[in-house]
Amino acid sequence: MRMIRYTLLRALQMIPTVLLVTVAVFVLIIIIPGDPVLSMLGYYADDVTAVPHEIYDRMFRELRLDRPIPIQYLYWLGDALQGDFGKSVVFRVPVIDVVLSRVPATLYLGTASLLIAIVVAVPFGVWAAVKNDTWVDHLASGFVLFGVAVPGFWFGMIVILVFAIYLGWLPSIGYVAPQEDFLRFLKHLIMPATVLGLDVAANILRFQRTDFLDQLHQDYVRTARAKGLPGQVVIWKHVLKNSLIATVTVVGLNTARLLGGSTIIETLFSYPGLSRLLIEAIYARDFPVIQAVVLWMVVLVVVVNFFVDLIYAYLNPRIRYTTA
Amino acid sequence: MALLDVHNLTVDFNLGVESLRAVDDVSFTLEPGEALGIVGESGSGKTVTALSIMRLLDPAARITRGQIWFDGRDLATQDESAMESIRGRRIGMVFQEPMTSLNPGYTVGEQVAEVYRHHLRLSHAEARRRTIEMFERVKLPGAREMFNKYPHEFSGGMRQRVTIAAALACGPSLLIADEPTTAVDVTIQAQILSLLGELQRDMNLALLFISHDLAVVSELCTRAAVLYGARLMEVGSTDAIFTAPRHPYTAGLINSVPQRGQPLQGVPGTIFDLRSPPPGCRFHPRCVHAQPRCNREIPELTRSPASTPVERGHVYACHYPLDRAGTRPT
Repeated sequence: MRMIRYTLLRALQMIPTVLLVTVAVFVLIIIIPGDPVLSMLGYYADDVTAVPHEIYDRMFRELRLDRPIPIQYLYWLGDALQGDFGKSVVFRVPVIDVVLSRVPATLYLGTASLLIAIVVAVPFGVWAAVKNDTWVDHLASGFVLFGVAVPGFWFGMIVILVFAIYLGWLPSIGYVAPQEDFLRFLKHLIMPATVLGLDVAANILRFQRTDFLDQLHQDYVRTARAKGLPGQVVIWKHVLKNSLIATVTVVGLNTARLLGGSTIIETLFSYPGLSRLLIEAIYARDFPVIQAVVLWMVVLVVVVNFFVDLIYAYLNPRIRYTTA
Repeated sequence: MALLDVHNLTVDFNLGVESLRAVDDVSFTLEPGEALGIVGESGSGKTVTALSIMRLLDPAARITRGQIWFDGRDLATQDESAMESIRGRRIGMVFQEPMTSLNPGYTVGEQVAEVYRHHLRLSHAEARRRTIEMFERVKLPGAREMFNKYPHEFSGGMRQRVTIAAALACGPSLLIADEPTTAVDVTIQAQILSLLGELQRDMNLALLFISHDLAVVSELCTRAAVLYGARLMEVGSTDAIFTAPRHPYTAGLINSVPQRGQPLQGVPGTIFDLRSPPPGCRFHPRCVHAQPRCNREIPELTRSPASTPVERGHVYACHYPLDRAGTRPT
């Protein structure tokens, strides 16, 4: 009951946040220098005289630029809620179609790297903490150091060099949709997902290990052992649930980042995800696309935070009671 | 035969460059159903002694000498899996800090029920039923509704009842209580103590009660052992120890108990650093009766001539024990 109330409350709290974000995304376009009519017509210099008056005025009215800014925002928001973000300047098709065509690729890559990160980091972090100051712990520290210090693009290039070029096992670039050919989809996914996943794993591992070590010295651990529970039960039941609070925080931060797409990795592997779309749109000054992608990324952060909060409440019962 | 026979127990801590002896040659016995209080200042080795029996010592600590006979087995040499079947099943333990000794992430009911499921292989439903029974036994008000509550919803006294329920769930024959009332209010303290006394009688439980509070020990225990600086100073019935202490340290402790209308007396000086214990009797630098010999020879535990039943089994480690009037014989 308390959990349901808490969930509803948190869900409602997302609405003002998202609205605020839409204002920010809308204002982004207003404050960008340059005349939108001219840039949409393909003129880069702000030379109004170069365009016939009738055409300029028609465009100006069509884009509702004659209305006050708050009204413009409401029109824009109404359209956006229906999935209409206008037309892409570059692709000449609705923005929503362009964005949706890139979303799956990014979601696959994000999810795969997140899974790799969690599967590597959580057990390894627990193991390193339990075997504190042994070779396992040192190995984990080395891994963290490597993951945090080595830039993704360099590691990515090395991986391409080894597995695509020398060994020829995997394709170096590109993307195949899973419904087309699942095996080729996996082959294209595995390298970018691993490079991205190990980077995130290092981040998670760092927090997981430290927090787990801290939890191991808590009084409740001694109580659990005094009850005769085997070491494995104490670790995986009692300690893990408490140490996951820290882990979930880090995983949440990284999830939003991953599902928004990684610019460097997508570029390096010529992977057609959202981040690359964003980069392309920025170069082409394709503002409607930029708006939509930025909005997607920010909404993702809000939604992921919502789920993180729910997991917090499950892991730490105190949260349920103080907020609900 | 004694239920618990701690024999020459010695525990060393390895602190990297240096080491210290936290428990030095400590011996005592505990009969089934008997309550023994272990008394001493902080750092005297009370808790380390208890944790040695449970084999829950810090990784830096090692039992370097002695035996811990329990149920015909030497706990000092049991492996971890053997100890797991003893902890919670044959020996229960309650700790000092009720606010932190329960897991904040699980309901209090689950933290007791898991003991039943693990040791007695009971089903979830059966473990739940037995847990509620146990909650009633430790007098948690509204035991049934308490099952699904979390520790943070409980006061210190209620949490301590939960930890007692968990420790006694499987009907152990020995309960070790490490300062169970130090961290709770005085009124709650009295309730917890009377609960422990009641449970001890009803369940025919042997109780090893660790405390720095002499008044509490004299109320709850039939025998007491006084520790100072990792060594035993005096062991005997609480009657004998509190009415006629033979060791000057015990006498000092008794004088430190506040009494209405009397100026508070303490033991002068402070406890020594365990890393560099004084030679001879550990207590001699603070002892008002110390003689040159106390600086050279470590006094052995000596049996008091058993002239009265109260004095039977009364031992003390002092070269110049006090007489029954509490003064040094001349």
